[in-house]
Amino acid sequence: MWIYEKKLQYPVRVSKCDPYMARLLLEQYGGADGELAAALRYLNQRYTIPDKVIGILNDIGTEEFAHLEMIATMVYKLTKDATPDQLKAAGLADHYVNHDKALFYQNAAGVPWTASYIQAKGDPLADLYEDIAAEEKARATYQWLIDMTDDVDLQDGLKFLREREIVHSTRFREAVEIIKDDRGKKRFF
Amino acid sequence: MENQSKPAVDQRYYELLEKLQMIDFALVELNLFLDTHPDDLKSIEQYNRLAQERIPIVREFQESYGPLMHFGHAYSKFPFEWPQAPWPWQV
Repeated sequence: MWIYEKKLQYPVRVSKCDPYMARLLLEQYGGADGELAAALRYLNQRYTIPDKVIGILNDIGTEEFAHLEMIATMVYKLTKDATPDQLKAAGLADHYVNHDKALFYQNAAGVPWTASYIQAKGDPLADLYEDIAAEEKARATYQWLIDMTDDVDLQDGLKFLREREIVHSTRFREAVEIIKDDRGKKRFF
Repeated sequence: MENQSKPAVDQRYYELLEKLQMIDFALVELNLFLDTHPDDLKSIEQYNRLAQERIPIVREFQESYGPLMHFGHAYSKFPFEWPQAPWPWQV
């Protein structure tokens, strides 16, 4: 069960209408290393991971949905006042004819999200190493996105998200150690 | 149809919301830390203290700006307040 809370995890502000930046942000919405992929990856892996690390997968997976909502809010705010001409100039004409200004789970190049971006191997270490890699790739993407804009309000939200990737990566690395310790015990007893 | 009976979003709305976002951020962070450090007593104490501290802020926010949560986790005035704007992406 999930309960919705009517607030963002962190304030999202933008200082101008910028559909081009909105298009780039879709990488973290429906891209391979984006927030949707992250949330679905962890919440799906948790069913078959050892009990000691279910909590961290459950809670990081849940937080990813809050990040997905922040990205959506950025995209929404950056495009809500855009004219069709502005969308066209930003390279969003193909998006406009299919979706108007609706959000869609696709990456910055317009490729729709697919489950083949994520894995569930049933092997706890294989799954956790994928999760660590996913966080590091997302952290890098956030840095490249920050580099692509001079909007300091938007950068503030993106920097928060970049820092969260670092914390999640750290927690997953600790989960790896927990699994390894547990395996060591079984071997010797 | 747009934003009917929308509670006024004023300066205090943003101030209270940010106060809550700060406490709730610390709670998320402590929660994740405790998931992998369940024996850290100081963090558990801090977690429980912040869980207490958020209650009056939530109450004050909800009295002015409506429920923060659905499915019975907050009371409602008449008419049902939950589906009323603004939603988080609108402010």
